[in-house]
Amino acid sequence: MSAMTTAFPGTPIDWRLPYRGRVAMAGLIIGESAIFTIFVVAYLFYMGKSLAGPTPREVLEVPIFFTICLLSSSLTIHFAVRSLERSRRGAFLGLWVLTIILGSLFLYGTGREWHRLIYERGLTISTNLFGTTYYSLVGLHAFHVTVGLIMLSIAAILALAGRVGADQSHRVDVLAMYWHFVDAVWVVVFTVVYVVGR
Amino acid sequence: MSANAMTLDNVQVSDRTWLETLHGWLTTVDHKRIGILYVLYALFFIVVAGTEAILIRIQLMYPHNNFVSPQVFNRLFTMHGTTMIFYVAIPVLFGFANYLVPLMIGARDMAFPRLNAFSFWLTALSGFLLYFSLLGGSGLYGAGSAPDISWWAYAPLAAKAFSPGHSSDYWTISVLLGGFGTVATAINLIATILCMRCPGMKLTRMPLLAWLNLTMSGMVLIVVTPLSAAQIMLLIDRYLGGHFFDTQAGGSAVLWMHFFWIFGHPEVYVLIIPCFAFMSEIVPVFSRKPIFGYPVMVAATVIIAFVSLSVWAHHMFSVGMNSYANSFFTITSMVVGIPTGIKIFNWVGTMWGGKIQFKVPMLFCIGFLFQFLIAGLTGIMLASAPFDWQLSYSYFVVAHFHYVIVGGILFALFGAFYYWYPKVTGRMLSEKLGKWHFWLFVLGFHMCFDVMHFPGLLGMPRRIYTYEPGRGWDTMNFIITIGAFIQGIAILIFVWNLIISYFKGAKAGNDPWDAWTLEWSTSSPPPAYNFATIPVVASRRPLWDLKHPEDPDFRYD
Repeated sequence: MSAMTTAFPGTPIDWRLPYRGRVAMAGLIIGESAIFTIFVVAYLFYMGKSLAGPTPREVLEVPIFFTICLLSSSLTIHFAVRSLERSRRGAFLGLWVLTIILGSLFLYGTGREWHRLIYERGLTISTNLFGTTYYSLVGLHAFHVTVGLIMLSIAAILALAGRVGADQSHRVDVLAMYWHFVDAVWVVVFTVVYVVGR
Repeated sequence: MSANAMTLDNVQVSDRTWLETLHGWLTTVDHKRIGILYVLYALFFIVVAGTEAILIRIQLMYPHNNFVSPQVFNRLFTMHGTTMIFYVAIPVLFGFANYLVPLMIGARDMAFPRLNAFSFWLTALSGFLLYFSLLGGSGLYGAGSAPDISWWAYAPLAAKAFSPGHSSDYWTISVLLGGFGTVATAINLIATILCMRCPGMKLTRMPLLAWLNLTMSGMVLIVVTPLSAAQIMLLIDRYLGGHFFDTQAGGSAVLWMHFFWIFGHPEVYVLIIPCFAFMSEIVPVFSRKPIFGYPVMVAATVIIAFVSLSVWAHHMFSVGMNSYANSFFTITSMVVGIPTGIKIFNWVGTMWGGKIQFKVPMLFCIGFLFQFLIAGLTGIMLASAPFDWQLSYSYFVVAHFHYVIVGGILFALFGAFYYWYPKVTGRMLSEKLGKWHFWLFVLGFHMCFDVMHFPGLLGMPRRIYTYEPGRGWDTMNFIITIGAFIQGIAILIFVWNLIISYFKGAKAGNDPWDAWTLEWSTSSPPPAYNFATIPVVASRRPLWDLKHPEDPDFRYD
């Protein structure tokens, strides 16, 4: 429609809009935050309302090491994306795989804790309110870590195949946004479950 | 410029067999086709849920009626409510948003076309899953049953002990899946509106429909997700033996109410805001004036969205909250009336002094104005906690929210159907049938829902399957049922109009209403690529500028 383009004065020369991937991921993060908020509210609301044991103080141990693993993976993924932006693909791949390893370690930590709680302490999701809210909240987070690890692994495989270059860094950055979100949620979950709730 | 400048004339699509056409529709990622699929899907379910409403009304026509059993009655109102909200209202509004938003902002498609198709099919699956409960509700060994826990699914009704079998599971899972589809579409709409606008279309020049759908989508992100979270908890309770809503293990039934209504009330605004959008597009065109107070309209919408997030517990006054909570939710609920009043004022301001054309879309919009106002007034009455204590769970409440949903949402939707049908199909809907539809529907609506307030005031509770004679409700219930039938006939005329006009309607041309937004600049129906050249806009009414080069809008911006 050439008539239209010429009909108007001041056709904007520099017409830039945000990248849709970032906007969509921001939207997803807002929505996910609402889901986590509801689970956190349920956890706080039911704190100390279990009619039977075991209580959090009796059975929970603070997972300091695995928390450090997960939180430091935020740093590694950040520098991975920065490396990719500067076309340092080797550094990107190394840091990216390190992120996956740190995330997997965290997941292993959650699994080990659950195994201990279930088989040694006899706490399952149906034991009492604490069990219901604990496994739901931590499980929901672990589910998000798992989804994140799957996506990071797909990106790693593509990178190993040599198909992730600097021109893809904005896409990789969207994944990093999600990973930062998962880490930030852990800060909240950690505070609620292991600091306030214990 | 020629009328067809927006389309490429020499692009020919070869003839397809019906199988290829079907394959094309099933695998489409075109926002227009997905929009049409959403609308057709919703039209199918409005007939289903409308039939359920008619059955409910036949049962309540006379006292001591035995048309359906109490069990079936419970299933009927559960399925009616769930279907109308999740599988009629949301899909039809998303269908319109899908179809119109990219066209109005000068884009060729949504930001994520495949995600768009995924959302639709997820929604489609969830709707059919709900109705599959009629076959599979009791598992493979027994006869099926539909959910009968009402669309609130209050605890402990939805607990395993009180709802054995799988009917509640079908309800939970279908609502959960539908929620995921809804959130995905909302993300898609936000990304489309923020990232795909054509050059020159600043946020301050966007059509109000795009603005209001942006607000609605933002609400969906933080409103539908709590429902998903609550459904996950319900599934944990039902399948894994959790205790979230199990009062015998210290759980709380009231927490479910909070979680449900944190979704449930803002959801009404999720549904009405796109209808405000239709009003804001249709009223100016048929008043031949630009919208009055564009920035105020945007601000009022965003304020409604914010305030509506803090009103949910007005559904729970009669549950028993402390006086601070009661006062808080009374005040916030009443505050919503202020921005909403501003909107009504602005639409009247748009009509004021305009050359109003009483075409069918405008008739429905005028109907909306009056009825939505009355619905808002009974809403303010119910927002007051002491008043609500008297009338909660009564037919007054049923009358109030049907006044909003039918008198408001459905009327604006009908207006939108008559307004955009020519764009979608290339044919005009019959004005004559449209006027029959309008007047019959107005008559049936007021017979049904005006009268419905009074049995409520006289103490008739909602969700009862029958009642004793001689309480002063008999005649009223009879009139209500007759009104429901008249609305049913009006809907049949509407559906007939949709079908007959598709084949025999007058050719619409690109711009039958002499309108001003970008969708009217392309052909009817628009080509797959929407615009041959991406348009550049300089004001809020790009087509006005094009038609009136001597006095374009951008001079005054």
